[in-house]
Amino acid sequence: MKDHTFIACHECDLIHRLPLVRPGHVARCSRCNAVLVRPKSNSVERTLALSLTGLMLFFIANAFPFLSFSLETEERQTTLLSGVFTLYAQNQWAVAGLVLLTIFLIPLVQLSGLLYIYVPLYFGKTARRTPAVFRLIRKLQPWSMMEVFMLGILVSVAKLAEMAQVVPGISLYALMALIFVLAAIAATIDPHHLWLKWEQSQ
Amino acid sequence: MNTLPVTAYHTSAISCLSCHLLCRRGKMVARMPGICPRCGARLHIRKKNSISRTWALILTAMMFYLPANILPITHLSQLGVVQSDTIISGVIYFFETGMWPIALIILIASIFIPLLKLIVLIYLLISVQRRSTWRPRERTRLYRITEVVGRWSMVDIYVVTILVALIKLGAVADIDAGPAALFFSAVVVITMLAAMSFDPRLIWDAQESHDE
Repeated sequence: MKDHTFIACHECDLIHRLPLVRPGHVARCSRCNAVLVRPKSNSVERTLALSLTGLMLFFIANAFPFLSFSLETEERQTTLLSGVFTLYAQNQWAVAGLVLLTIFLIPLVQLSGLLYIYVPLYFGKTARRTPAVFRLIRKLQPWSMMEVFMLGILVSVAKLAEMAQVVPGISLYALMALIFVLAAIAATIDPHHLWLKWEQSQ
Repeated sequence: MNTLPVTAYHTSAISCLSCHLLCRRGKMVARMPGICPRCGARLHIRKKNSISRTWALILTAMMFYLPANILPITHLSQLGVVQSDTIISGVIYFFETGMWPIALIILIASIFIPLLKLIVLIYLLISVQRRSTWRPRERTRLYRITEVVGRWSMVDIYVVTILVALIKLGAVADIDAGPAALFFSAVVVITMLAAMSFDPRLIWDAQESHDE
C-alpha cells in the first residue's frame, strides 16, 4: 500500500526510484528538473535551534518600534503592528487583516508549530499532531512575507528621508536577523526525513 | 520517445502532494478514500478542477487590476492641501526625483509582476487546453517562476502600511490609504491563489498522450 522505493515528481508525475542522496546534495526530476529530495545533515537539531532563535527575534521585533520619524517638533514611532491598527481605524479592515496575517500571525503560527514538532523530535519522541501541524506549516509558507515587508521598509525610508528625519529602532535589527533565520529554516527543514521519522514512530 | 513515460497516473498510483508518498490507487480507495495514509492530506490524481478554478481566479484578478491602478492608493494631506497618488503616479514621482532604484522596485513589483503573472498563467492554461507538446520543460520552469515571484507584489501594500503609521501629524502631514489598496491586495492574493490552483502536471499529460 505504501511504496518507499519510488517517488513521483510532484510537478510532472514521472516516477523515480528514490535515490540515495547524501546530505547537502539534491536529487532532481530527470524530466522537468523539479527538486525531489534535498536531505540535510542534522536537520532536526538545526531546525529546532533556528526556530527557537526565530521566535525570540520575533518577540524582540514586535516589542520595540522599528522606525521613528520626526518632522519639525513632532515625532512618531511605529511598531510592526501599529500600521495594522491605523489601517483598521481608516476602515481598511481587509488590508489590515492581510498585513496582520502575512507579517504577524502566519510567521508566529509557523514558528510555534515548528517547536511543537521539533522539540519532541529532538528528544526522540513525536508529537501526536505532527502530520496536521506540518501540513499547515508547509501550506502557509507562501503567505509568510517578512522579507517582502523588509523591502517595504527600505522603500518607505527612501520615500520619507527627504521629508523628515528617519531613525531606525532596535526592532529593525531584530527584523533583519529574523529574515535570515526564516530563510535558513526553509533551507534546513527536510520534509522527507520528517515523514520517515513519523512513520517509524507509528 | 517510443515508450510511455512511467508516471504515477499510468501505474495507477497517486502521489501525495503534501508528503510525496506514492500510494496505490485501488487498495487505498478501499480503505480510506482519497486520504493519504501517512500525512492525512486529501489525495487527487490532479489538482481538483485545476483549469476552471485557475481561469475563474485569473478573470477575477483582471477585474480588480484596473481599479487597483486607476484609483488612488494614498491621500496625503499637508498643511490643508490634499494630494492623491495612484501606484503609477508614485512611480513617476520617484523617477522625477531621481530615485530610480526605488521607482524600479515599485514598477516591477506592483505593475509588471501581477501583469506578467496573469499573462503567463493564461498562456499556460491555453497551451494545456490545446494539448500543446511544445517545450514542456521550459513551460514548467515558467510556472515555477510565476509561483515564486507573486508574493513580492505585496511591497506597495507594506509601504502604505508603514506610511500611514508614521505620517500621522494632524494638520502638518497625514496619510490615508485609498481605495486602490483594497483592490491591489485582492489582485495579489487572487493571483497567488490562481498560481497555486494550476497543476503543472497537466503540461506533461499532453506530452504522454502524444507519445502513445
